[in-house]
Amino acid sequence: MRIGTVLRDLHHDENELARTLLRVADEHRADHEVHQMGVHLAEWSSRHVREIAAIAGSFGENLDPTPDGTPTLVEEARRWMSERGGRSPESELVMVRDLRDVYLRASSVLTDWEMIGQAAQAIVHDELLELATRCQAETKRQATWANAKIKESSTQALVV
Amino acid sequence: MPTEDRIADVWGDRTPYPRGGDWPVRVDAHLAADLSPGEVDRWVQTASTLHSNGDAFDVAVRDGRMVGVRGRPDDRVNRGRLGPKDLFGWQAIQSPDRLTRPLVRRDGRLVECSWDEAMDVVVGRTQALLEEQGPSAVGFYTTGQLFLEEYYTLALVAHGGIRTNHVDGNTRLCTATAAEALKESFGSDGQPGSYTDVDHADVIALFGHNVAETQTVLWMRILDRLAGDDPPEVICVDPRPTPVARAATVHLAPRPGTNVALMNALLHEIVANGHVDEAWVTAHTVGYADLEKTVARYTPEVVSTICDVPAADIRSAARIIGEAEALLSTVLQGFYQSHQATAAAVQVNNLHLLRGMIGRPGCGILQMNGQPSAQNTRECGADGDMAGFRNWSNRSHVEDLARVWNIEPKQIPHATPPTHAMQIMRYVEDGSIRMLWVSGTNPVVSMPELARMRSILSQERLFLVVQDIFLTETAQLADVVLPAAAWGEKTGAFTNVDRTVHLSEKAVDPPGEARSDLDIFVDFATRMGLQDKDGQPLVKWSTAEEAFDAWRECSRGRPCDYSGLSYDKLRGGSGIQWPCTDESPDGTERLYAGGTFWASPEECETFGRDLETGAPVEEQEYRALNPFGRAVIKSSDYRPPHEIPDEDHPLQLITGRTVYHFHTRTRTARAPELQAAAPDVWVEVSVTDAQTYGLAEGDLAEVTTARGEVRARVRVSGIRPGVVFLPFHYGYWDTGEGWRPGDHGRAANELTRTDWDPASKQPIFKTAACAVRKVADGDGTPSPAPDNTASAPVAAATAEGVER
Repeated sequence: MRIGTVLRDLHHDENELARTLLRVADEHRADHEVHQMGVHLAEWSSRHVREIAAIAGSFGENLDPTPDGTPTLVEEARRWMSERGGRSPESELVMVRDLRDVYLRASSVLTDWEMIGQAAQAIVHDELLELATRCQAETKRQATWANAKIKESSTQALVV
Repeated sequence: MPTEDRIADVWGDRTPYPRGGDWPVRVDAHLAADLSPGEVDRWVQTASTLHSNGDAFDVAVRDGRMVGVRGRPDDRVNRGRLGPKDLFGWQAIQSPDRLTRPLVRRDGRLVECSWDEAMDVVVGRTQALLEEQGPSAVGFYTTGQLFLEEYYTLALVAHGGIRTNHVDGNTRLCTATAAEALKESFGSDGQPGSYTDVDHADVIALFGHNVAETQTVLWMRILDRLAGDDPPEVICVDPRPTPVARAATVHLAPRPGTNVALMNALLHEIVANGHVDEAWVTAHTVGYADLEKTVARYTPEVVSTICDVPAADIRSAARIIGEAEALLSTVLQGFYQSHQATAAAVQVNNLHLLRGMIGRPGCGILQMNGQPSAQNTRECGADGDMAGFRNWSNRSHVEDLARVWNIEPKQIPHATPPTHAMQIMRYVEDGSIRMLWVSGTNPVVSMPELARMRSILSQERLFLVVQDIFLTETAQLADVVLPAAAWGEKTGAFTNVDRTVHLSEKAVDPPGEARSDLDIFVDFATRMGLQDKDGQPLVKWSTAEEAFDAWRECSRGRPCDYSGLSYDKLRGGSGIQWPCTDESPDGTERLYAGGTFWASPEECETFGRDLETGAPVEEQEYRALNPFGRAVIKSSDYRPPHEIPDEDHPLQLITGRTVYHFHTRTRTARAPELQAAAPDVWVEVSVTDAQTYGLAEGDLAEVTTARGEVRARVRVSGIRPGVVFLPFHYGYWDTGEGWRPGDHGRAANELTRTDWDPASKQPIFKTAACAVRKVADGDGTPSPAPDNTASAPVAAATAEGVER
């Protein structure tokens, strides 16, 4: 059974997604919606990380329940930059590219959850299926948010 | 009744009436001193523009000047009554400091110029920016106080002519959540209820709505029911001891930012007590199963700890609502300007959907507006939406609007949702919007985080046009100032909260060279040479009546159908509620009778948004969810506010209004009676917090948040402990500094945070973490807060207040 392996990947990818969301939130503090929602949606992925770690033991994996993503000194510096850099139209384009990163990462996490969900049905593991269904729905909302924000900001970013 | 009493006695004498009865007439009037009615030359029909209630009245004119007002007894809205702002507020437009000539900035100073010069500058700049960057360089930020004809013209000019997506109104700050909540639940904007539901309801629930001060005449109607036979029970949700709270059967004063938790507890009880009308829910809604699952966790005990409200009170409120025969609910800023605004307002709609109480006498929802013509900002598309509640993500709706405007569908920006006001400001900040045209609003005082707002709007690289009746704080930063005619100096129609359309006729001439907003927008379109697809002028009208007739056609067949209305029909008699068509020539009292909604995928105004992330729902998803156009029950989990009190900022700041003032006081401060009633800023604290922080009535205190500092005199009131209240009316135009603070802040928005509801994009004014400290002892003089309203002093009841 390779469910453990996929859970390990997923654990890694959710951590990466959370970290990306926090980085984007930090870099674009001048765009309040992206900042606020980035922080908020990162919490969802951090919660997923904890829940994956909790269930992974049943599949022979020992994963760290503590999410990554505590801001480091580099990130503090980035924040300083972001608050001062927000007065240029170029910051829109950087933001759209960063959101694209969020969207791609969320999409790959979404696929992982899909795979886990399928496997959980096959082995009739109710707990895993419930987790996969719930988290998949939330990951989809993360991706949809990033995609919507890209759509909304592209004109302003590209046509200046 | 002597008029001076109506400052102290805001709501006047009672005219009790029983449940199901007719609300008696009571005509309120005020004439300038020494005038008798016989000396009035003529009376001119109009309605209120200093709040959203739509009270109908006539203006008295003598020798070409306004000299008084008198309520219209035949009108369905007020039956002759008027509140203090309408009795006295008209004087402001005759103030000597009105703008009378255009101004243009030369060598850093605003100097008078001709209309030709001013418009040449505006048109020249617009054309240059369109050439250089395109429509994304231009934004329009309007108001909730113009007339329908003006919004419709602006929407056409901006969307169909300039083709920019950056159009919004300050309705974003007051009524965006009302619109969004209605769209989310019913598929389209449009107020389901009617004021006449007050006559029939046996339970009236007010959610974050201090109606006694925001819509005084609607409160008079409720007070008259309370004084009559078979009075309704009143439920009040408000952290302040408002007049509504004092009259309530149950008053719930939740911690700011916890409305969704409270609403979920009420819904939990409705479900648990078996008060759901299951047959109705099955036949007319989708989404109930999700709601049932969500609210299961929100028992009164759990929620009691989140909201700091006794569980027993939640239970009694839920029981009263659950057992109501006819429930009327109203919602305003306590929900709209707080955390999780749309999610909370939608739960009020859900109460009605669960109980099957909509579209019948007494079973009304009033998602209130804050401004007199906010409804028109929304329906005409001056808030960025497509005119006539059309759906920007529905191709056939875009094509239909293009047909009405005689332009190609691709000329109407619809690829993305409209840019909301806070995002417009963000684009101005990053320099991608380079021209902003502000009409009838004052963002330098009314938007959150004023230090940021001033730095955005005072940028050299921004071309700022301000169209107003006075030199507001914002106008002082403008590159071009256009002097506008005020209400009473122009003709037009507007629509109140319960869809009642009134005509407001020109009573007097505007001062100097001031021109109506309609004339200004039409002139701009002409000078810009904006054309339709046949090369004819895009704007095909020049008078208000022609604009109104064009709007009738644009609205034909839409939920907000005006096709059966005309100026002639609106003259005399009562205002008329839309939809008004050939089939329903007298208008329509309630929407959604029989549980039929405008929510099918083909008809709906929006497919909705994710209430937590704000992302628009895709069409396919909506089709799967709601193929038959039922009402949508959307549930939501409670999330803690973004800014929670900490050691440095242990209290929560909420901002709001008083009955005597409107917005940033540009008009009400120029009416002597209103200005005297609430002359300066104050800060309300609870008895507990006054003790903790050593504050007494009249002390000078400093309120700080992470954004800034404001100084105000202390009022110790019955507000809930932990909460601090500041009125948002007081800016700087009547201080020495003009448009910004001197040594200390006075405007409440120095302190508020740049943050908004994900779905409605309405800024959050009611959850900032703050600290309060004493700066100086008072000299025994009470704070300048009114004594007879929600700001009443806790001590000595209101014994002193009555004398004021």
